[in-house]
Amino acid sequence: MSAAVAAPRRVLAWSVPVLAALIVLPFVVPPWQTVLLSYGLVFAIAALGFNLLLGYTGLLSFGHSAYFGVGAYAVAFIVKYAKLESMEAFLLGGIVASGLVAALFGLLCVRYTKIFFGILTMALSQVLWSLAFKFFWVTGGSDGLRVPTPTLLGGLVRVGGDKQDFLSRRYYFYVLAVFVLAVAVMWVIVHSPFGKALQAIRDNETRAEFVGVQVWHYRWVAFVISGVFTGLAGALWVPLNGLTTPDILHWTFSGKMVFFTVLGGFQTFFGPVIGAIIFNYLENWAVGYTVYWQMVLGVVLVVLVLALPAGVVGTLRRLALRPAKAT
Amino acid sequence: MDLLKTTQLAKSFGDTHAVDHVDFTVSAGEVLALIGSNGAGKTTLINLISGLIAPDSGRIDFQGADITRASIHRKIELGIARSFQLVNLFDQLTVQDNVTLAIFSREGRTRRLFSLADADTAVRDEAAHVLKEFGLDGRTGAPAGGLSQGERKLLDVAVAYALRPKLLFLDEPTSGVSTREKAPIMDIITHVVRSGGITAVIVEHDMDVVFTYCPRIVAMHQGSILADGTPDQIRSNPQVTANMLGTQTA
Repeated sequence: MSAAVAAPRRVLAWSVPVLAALIVLPFVVPPWQTVLLSYGLVFAIAALGFNLLLGYTGLLSFGHSAYFGVGAYAVAFIVKYAKLESMEAFLLGGIVASGLVAALFGLLCVRYTKIFFGILTMALSQVLWSLAFKFFWVTGGSDGLRVPTPTLLGGLVRVGGDKQDFLSRRYYFYVLAVFVLAVAVMWVIVHSPFGKALQAIRDNETRAEFVGVQVWHYRWVAFVISGVFTGLAGALWVPLNGLTTPDILHWTFSGKMVFFTVLGGFQTFFGPVIGAIIFNYLENWAVGYTVYWQMVLGVVLVVLVLALPAGVVGTLRRLALRPAKAT
Repeated sequence: MDLLKTTQLAKSFGDTHAVDHVDFTVSAGEVLALIGSNGAGKTTLINLISGLIAPDSGRIDFQGADITRASIHRKIELGIARSFQLVNLFDQLTVQDNVTLAIFSREGRTRRLFSLADADTAVRDEAAHVLKEFGLDGRTGAPAGGLSQGERKLLDVAVAYALRPKLLFLDEPTSGVSTREKAPIMDIITHVVRSGGITAVIVEHDMDVVFTYCPRIVAMHQGSILADGTPDQIRSNPQVTANMLGTQTA
């Protein structure tokens, strides 16, 4: 009867059918649809990381492009300098590099909150952007660095044949597996005693200190975990895109992560995940539909903030809970 | 031996001597009241001892060890906890989670990332027990932000109590609640504190409350201690009547 058992059961009740649908999907939709969804899942991993800070710790980062970009560039450097093409090496490299950068940037940022935190995270990410842009002999400048299609599972699964086929089947399942793992790990983290401590910090910093939670230390750990999830997403993203450019380090890309989260609803666990996937479709549709696609997204954002401040998932949950309250 | 002892403890804000070289002692096991008008320095004294602000000079000893410059975290580890005059809770967390967090923290387990907090039945049972003692057992699943003012004051104390402190400071536990609610709240708090063997310092405005519940009373005025004694001694102290009680005793 307890809440401990009820919550996981409730989540499993709908996540299992959704997962089944995601597994079947590549066999029923055209390949480009599957590739598009892969992008959505990758962004969803980044959004999970981003929301550990915003939704659970109460810190709005405007610099998460830094960790996504470091994850992606780490992969490109592994290809360029270590001549490796294993996806596992890419993921490990992305996780370690983004973790180190997040640990360093976090030391500076978590001593501040609110607008000061946001501005500082943004400024630091812009430093990385300008480095990627200017040091062209290392980073390729605005041309970026190419990343070939990797081998999966330690070389067991190779490209073989059409690249589109590889990306829409084998790589899609790889991304899906990492996505499911990332969701599971983050779900446990936010429901752990540590996760509760973060929420306590979000709600009341002073009181958190007075129940013995060392606030800035916990914020730093949350910052590093958040950065690692986002870096992992960056590393998964590069093979899809085939190329990494300074664009993904630019603050506007951080803005997209904020958009994902607002769109889905940052006060729910799955909100940012759904938001990232919807945003990916929305952007893709808008780009194909009009040259003024940024205006379309801008209008969507305005409508969203005014009409659905709780986001898509937050609003759905509110609607679902309404009849229960009436009884 | 004194559980807590301050020696010439001082804190000024600009020209105001909020706490003016105060020598204050608390013995183990007692429940005492700290009284005084607004601005007497009661809350500042608690803020200094609990570590929210640092003193300008003086010394604080707890169980014979100097803790003047110890961090809040260290003081909590040693067993000094406090509640707040303006309720300080985790509003979006449930009533139960407010208490379980204190328990996890006390046991040094808030660093655990990979275990489910709700799956720990021992902690949940202890939280349920604490909430029952404070009469909040009907509200365990509600968000703390949704409680009434009286319930919030009780939960604020319950969170501090769940840390199982040796010394508990309660900063105006009945401020902001109706007169009718004050006695039940004080009944619960003093009962829990006494049965738990916790030494408590209760800051209070309401003289009726103080005289009823606390056998020792320390009166502060303009940053200094004016009087220290039993309710009867305090009532008959001319300085106290002149400065604080005023028409209340008339």
